[in-house]
Amino acid sequence: MTLEWIGDAILLLVVLPVVVYLLRGVLNAANSIVPSVQQIAAAATAGSKDLDATALLLTTQDQVQKTIEVAADYGGSLDVILDDAR
Amino acid sequence: MPAAGVVMIIAVVLIVLALVYYLVSTIVALQRITNSLDEAITGVVGIIEKSAPVDEVVTSINTNLDAGVDLLEGLLVKKAGMEDAVGLVEGLYPGAAGEGFRNFPESSKTKAPRISEVYTKGTLTLARLGREAPIAAASPNGPALRNPSYGSLAARALYPEGRQTRPGSMPRSPVIGTDSPVQYEPSESPGVRKRMPGKAAVLDPPPAPVQTEAQEGPVKSGLAFLRRLKGD
Repeated sequence: MTLEWIGDAILLLVVLPVVVYLLRGVLNAANSIVPSVQQIAAAATAGSKDLDATALLLTTQDQVQKTIEVAADYGGSLDVILDDAR
Repeated sequence: MPAAGVVMIIAVVLIVLALVYYLVSTIVALQRITNSLDEAITGVVGIIEKSAPVDEVVTSINTNLDAGVDLLEGLLVKKAGMEDAVGLVEGLYPGAAGEGFRNFPESSKTKAPRISEVYTKGTLTLARLGREAPIAAASPNGPALRNPSYGSLAARALYPEGRQTRPGSMPRSPVIGTDSPVQYEPSESPGVRKRMPGKAAVLDPPPAPVQTEAQEGPVKSGLAFLRRLKGD
């Protein structure tokens, strides 16, 4: 009978507080992760939106190529028209 | 049931309730984390997909721009010479001459002339046209005009004689309006006056047209033909 009371005391005074303490720590850790993960998700979404203009790089690529071609044409003409420096 | 058994059951129930409460709360928190991670993964995948062609495109753009830089640098050095090319770059972008041209390592050691003092804006523009330009026509075999003291005055020679060397002989600007003291005849072509007042130059009257046989009419033409026939 005495052992039963001792077991009850251990359950109530040791096991229950330990269980509560451990589970509370896990819950606090999980709750602290939530805002960080939400910020990461928001940043990733914003970064993805920022890269929407990446498709315009193809236009830039074409424009740069045409510009260099025009500059090369002008350069060729100038090379013929102007004398070289001594 | 003994009292100790009841207390034990209560203790176990309390432990189970604590487990349920905290574990359910943890599960909810982990579900929120999972949802947020799904959003993050979606965003990261978007970033990866959108940035995939960036490397290739930017490399292509840089290749083209490198070719353009090589072309323009080479042309500038070839046509202007290393010293003037460095001076021109220094004049446009102060401090850039220290870095020199990319394809001409010796350009970083070239002392840049003070191009804005050597060339005025007008003479520089004309000098760019080459030795065929009027400003350099006097010395086709020599260097372009680079006199820092008289470079700007030499450009005046490009304008009509009289306007620069004898500006006092030019008439004053006329007073215009319907009540002006001197009324000018309307000009037939822009910039040319039929008659100018005072000592100013007057446009020569057009020469009288030579009368031809075709313009004298059929009678006079016929008489001339008879005279020539009689003379023969």
